[in-house]
Amino acid sequence: MTAAIQAEPDERIAKKSLTDRLVVRPEIGALLGAVLVFVFFSVVTGQFLSPLGVATWLDDSSTLGIMAVVVALLMVGGEFDLSAGVMTASTSLVTAILATQAGWNVWLALLVSLVFALGVGAFNGWLVMKTGLPSFIVTLGSFLALQGLNLGVTRLVTDTVQVSGMRSTSGYESAGGLFASTFDIGGTEFQSSIIWWIVVTAIAAWLLLRTRFGNWIFAVGGSQVSARSVGVPVVRTKILLFMGTALGAWLVGSINILRFASVQANQGIGLEFQFIIAAVIGGCLLTGGFGSAVGAAIGALIFGMARQGIVFAQWNSDWFMLFLGIMLLAAVLVNNAFRRRAERVRR
Amino acid sequence: MFSFKRSFAVVAAVAATGLVLAACSGPSADNSNSSSSAPSSAAAPPGSSGPLKIAVVTHGSAGDAFWNVVKNGAEQAGKDLDVGVDYYADGDPGNQAKLIDNAVAQKVGGLVVSMANPQALQTSIQNAVKAGIPVVTINSGEDQSAAFGAIAHVGQSEGLAGQGAGQRLKAAGKTKLLCVIHEAGNIGQNQRCDGAKQTFGTVSTLQVDISNPTDAQARIRGALQADPSIDAVLALNSQVAARAVDAAKEASSKAQVATFDLNADVVAAIKAGTILFAVDQQQYEQGYLPVVFLKLYKENGNTIGGGHPVQTGPGFVDKTNIDTVAPYAQRGTR
Repeated sequence: MTAAIQAEPDERIAKKSLTDRLVVRPEIGALLGAVLVFVFFSVVTGQFLSPLGVATWLDDSSTLGIMAVVVALLMVGGEFDLSAGVMTASTSLVTAILATQAGWNVWLALLVSLVFALGVGAFNGWLVMKTGLPSFIVTLGSFLALQGLNLGVTRLVTDTVQVSGMRSTSGYESAGGLFASTFDIGGTEFQSSIIWWIVVTAIAAWLLLRTRFGNWIFAVGGSQVSARSVGVPVVRTKILLFMGTALGAWLVGSINILRFASVQANQGIGLEFQFIIAAVIGGCLLTGGFGSAVGAAIGALIFGMARQGIVFAQWNSDWFMLFLGIMLLAAVLVNNAFRRRAERVRR
Repeated sequence: MFSFKRSFAVVAAVAATGLVLAACSGPSADNSNSSSSAPSSAAAPPGSSGPLKIAVVTHGSAGDAFWNVVKNGAEQAGKDLDVGVDYYADGDPGNQAKLIDNAVAQKVGGLVVSMANPQALQTSIQNAVKAGIPVVTINSGEDQSAAFGAIAHVGQSEGLAGQGAGQRLKAAGKTKLLCVIHEAGNIGQNQRCDGAKQTFGTVSTLQVDISNPTDAQARIRGALQADPSIDAVLALNSQVAARAVDAAKEASSKAQVATFDLNADVVAAIKAGTILFAVDQQQYEQGYLPVVFLKLYKENGNTIGGGHPVQTGPGFVDKTNIDTVAPYAQRGTR
């Protein structure tokens, strides 16, 4: 290294061009992908842009988006949660069993289900930090355990594999008003889960970019050892992140049980990978330390638009998964190209 | 500088807006028995200028042999009657509801829905009825069909079919039955096993995962090994039946297999005598008939069934009639 000449301004405070500043944002690739998917289906299909059509794909994106955002925070923190998918069903089941079988008020049932979710999240985080095992393995275990618990408890309590009858429980209307109502825009009904999605995304983005806790998340995901040595409370941060995904799962579970008024014991299985892929499309790295909440929300939007757009386009449903897979791969590839460029800019 | 307080206020304001908006119209509770009747006039719905278009939305997972026959039935009816038929399926009730919303947004002329989880689909189906789209429910959910405003239900009452299977097994001199459930979350399968219990007596149930055949076979084998006194296995699906036959062979158990639903494997096994009989709910009709009903409803104002479900089963296929049925099963229509 040669000694720096003082006449040149330091590269750290040099002015960058607008494109360069945009291109280093993790969500830019996802945004471009979303625009592409949006334009494509708007042109190809007639109903994609109709108010009802928009309501349909926003609805599909919203619950996926809530989870993608909380999972993105956890992934920036360098961990995975494979139990997130099945947790959305577990929380629904706890609420439904307490409300319909034990005759509790829905609000109380929701509260207990929230405590249950936070407990499972804290347990996941504690076990990962305590054992030093990869969270992939630990949460795979809790995923399978919850799957069995869902079926076992449901069969034990109800003798069937569904819990239904939420509509006749006390407090259903008021709780439903908060979690699962609809709002009217120009004569079209939109699900309130869309509002929840926007709110969760806003809170998560603020947390990640504007608070000390957000810096801790980036730090523990970037390098746990360095983070610990500069005084970041690593254990607390990671446990809180796992509790965050559980909280998201509780919110989605509550929205689902109050909207559909019934829950199946086998719901939610396999969704965890959709959350992860939405977060990855949104610019999260599987290795941690890089990502964005807004990006994850856009990733979920791409997923929802593609999923409903394929149906609107009336392509043969036999090939549905193939179309979806190719679209998601394309979105990830676009993302990757952007990230390479971004890394060059950073240098 | 960024202020913590101000940003929190912004977030709170956004959240509050959300809550205010959300307070617009909540879901309605079950205090009024609102049975919205189907529109009495067979008025053409909006956007039905061209030929009739029908969307079929089921809960059958893609690649399921049973639902493939339903799909073939619906598509054949579309060809025969010159009606456009689109088939969609998703096993997750929430996603199925969204597919129904999607069909309503497309302004289809008619809707065919299987209701494995009626409550989850209630709002979507009622919205379709409200939009003037006639709905025919199929396969499951017969009790809710009329209340949701459907013009007919086509299916097989699961309890009755289970009772029929139990009776036949008892008549064959069996004493201990293992009933294999392959879809956690499907209420109809539990009703079948319960029906069999009512007419047969000693029945134990076993849960397997249909998406993992290796595991399903291993579990059935384990159950047969664990209790050698089991002399009959009732499978609820033709793929599981084939696994149960292999499992019984591997466990060198005396158990004979009976099954719900037909496919080519089951036909071969009935011919060979390794499967006792199949309860055939003739699901081809569940795909074909709704298209006919919707066409009649649109063009002539007809309804069918008089408020009762149209029964497509149970029919029984065994050694006596297998030769007639075999070629149909081969081509995916039985």
